[in-house]
Amino acid sequence: MSDHNINAEKYWQANLRLILGSLVVWALASYGCAILLRPMLSGIMIGGADLGFWFAQQGSILVFIALTFFYAWRMNKLDEEFGLQE
Amino acid sequence: MDQFTINLLFVGGSFALYFGIAFWARAGSTKEFYVAGGGVHPVLNGMATAADWMSAASFISMAGLIAAGGYANSTYLMGWTGGYVLLAMLLAPYLRKFGKFTVPDFIGDRFYSGTARLVAVACLIIASVTYVIGQMTGAGVAFSRFLEVDNNTGLLIAAVVVFFYAVLGGMKGITYTQVAQYVVLIIAYTIPAVFISLQLTDTFIPAVGLFSNHTESGMPLLQKLDEVVRELGFRDYTADVDNKLNMVLFTLSLMIGTAGLPHVIIRFFTVPKVADARWSAGWALVFIALLYLTAPAVASMARLNLLTTIYPSGPTAAPIEYAERPDWVQTWETTGLIKFDDKNGDGRVQFYNDVPAFKDEATARGWAGNELTVNGDILVLANPEIANLPGWVVGLIAAGGLAAALSTAAGLLLAISSAISHDLIKGSINPNISDKGELRVARISMFVAIALATYLGMNPPGFAAQVVALAFGIAAASIFPALMMGIFSKRVNSTGAIAGMLAGLISTLVYIFLFLGWFFIPGTASFANTPDNWWFGVSPLSFGAIGAVINFVVAFTVSSMTAPPPKEIQDLVESVRYPQGAGGAVDH
Repeated sequence: MSDHNINAEKYWQANLRLILGSLVVWALASYGCAILLRPMLSGIMIGGADLGFWFAQQGSILVFIALTFFYAWRMNKLDEEFGLQE
Repeated sequence: MDQFTINLLFVGGSFALYFGIAFWARAGSTKEFYVAGGGVHPVLNGMATAADWMSAASFISMAGLIAAGGYANSTYLMGWTGGYVLLAMLLAPYLRKFGKFTVPDFIGDRFYSGTARLVAVACLIIASVTYVIGQMTGAGVAFSRFLEVDNNTGLLIAAVVVFFYAVLGGMKGITYTQVAQYVVLIIAYTIPAVFISLQLTDTFIPAVGLFSNHTESGMPLLQKLDEVVRELGFRDYTADVDNKLNMVLFTLSLMIGTAGLPHVIIRFFTVPKVADARWSAGWALVFIALLYLTAPAVASMARLNLLTTIYPSGPTAAPIEYAERPDWVQTWETTGLIKFDDKNGDGRVQFYNDVPAFKDEATARGWAGNELTVNGDILVLANPEIANLPGWVVGLIAAGGLAAALSTAAGLLLAISSAISHDLIKGSINPNISDKGELRVARISMFVAIALATYLGMNPPGFAAQVVALAFGIAAASIFPALMMGIFSKRVNSTGAIAGMLAGLISTLVYIFLFLGWFFIPGTASFANTPDNWWFGVSPLSFGAIGAVINFVVAFTVSSMTAPPPKEIQDLVESVRYPQGAGGAVDH
């Protein structure tokens, strides 16, 4: 295997790890806090509603935005670290 | 100036703007027609994607759905935004690197099969045509309500407008028009919401107002709303749902379906670089969120406003007399979207939840049934009137609703016409067609698609509401998994991918047909569409996520039993994974 291939393989593994981590947060915010874990979080109140309700109507969307920008920022840096940028 | 003239000025002014942009950005080559030349700035593309994505359903219907369902309908908010996370990480950057023009382009090349490409074309056309019917009818309704023309005339005007800028400008014209349409629709959505939030909570950001105190009662807004709806026999606005499995699957289906809709995916082919595709997904989500964070606030505030209008002295006191109803109720009664029927003949408007559990209390109050039906679609459209805002805000709402419907229609029509001219004609029937010839065919197929959509909009099939669910189900069960496996697996081969797409598509269609009628023909449903009949409590609308799982499982199983893809295909998969060497979208 040439140097380039090893390098590329590492880059792809790093990308997969980043995606996996991001999708865990993605699922925790929406399917977790907003739906399945809502009864457990019902004691925490935010502006007149429970935390689960807040995640369902507002929090998860904010988390999604943060995740997409974080991913773009990290990946564009990885591109440069591995010399794979355009 | 009367309201009609104001509406005409706003709508006419916005159209003049779109025409001007389309003329300035007309397309001269197939590359400009299909992907706007591949030179759109990521922030502008994010804005265009937001307008492309947010349809009449987002602009007009979503707040009404949330107002009616409360917490339970948060599924739309999460489902229609969470898909962009999937798009940003799993599809957009790699498909941009691939650098061709259409979604079937990728599926055909990656799975080295004309059949795979044709299956993708079929899925794309079914999903997009069903979707575009809803947009054309939405535009027709907006025209007829605000410009006082009949529905069919409204539809024809909409068709001519879309025809002009989509056929002339292609993706280039559509992109810059969508940017302008986004600005119009977000201003139109936000201004009335800000005023209502100020009136109810003294907070000028609606999303903050939703979690603030209700000025009049001093209670948190959501608790006040829970209290009012409870007195009238409705479920608490913030009440939890029992069937969590279905809620999870419905949200997941909307997310996967969003990420797999071709007209959204092709927007990411228009940016210059892979890095731009990643940023652009983030910007799209920001611009979408500006509306999606406001919508739940509009929903709860409009519901409270409506109930306070009917019960000015509180839900336990007598409701208003019909003769004293406000002007906006009268205006919307003429459209049939608000209906009143004085069942107990007392001249007052009893509006409550007519269910067995509330029967005793209703009888004790002398009520003989719910007397008012309010179509959820009017909440956004009537917002300015409910809040007593000046006439120009009403004109703005008219222009905004039309911008939302037309921008989505144009994006869908481009996806359809490029699938026909590029994948069907150049890809299968006449590969030697010249660039000029292909451009002409693209314009002709766009014209045919518009004519078909207009015809279906005027004669909507009886199942118009169900088919939108069909569009998401198909995208989720067939297109999304095929694209994802094409990028993340080198092992999935053409046989596996075709078997997977067909298995996902057919299982989803069958489950929908079982409950909604075979091919949507009324009366042919095998089971009544009620939660008791659904398998494991999974509604037909939620099945797309399961169809996607079936697709993945079948594709991997079949692939593992057949030969791996040839070397050059594995090299192709490698090449889409790394941004280096993407360049511009290649002419081919």
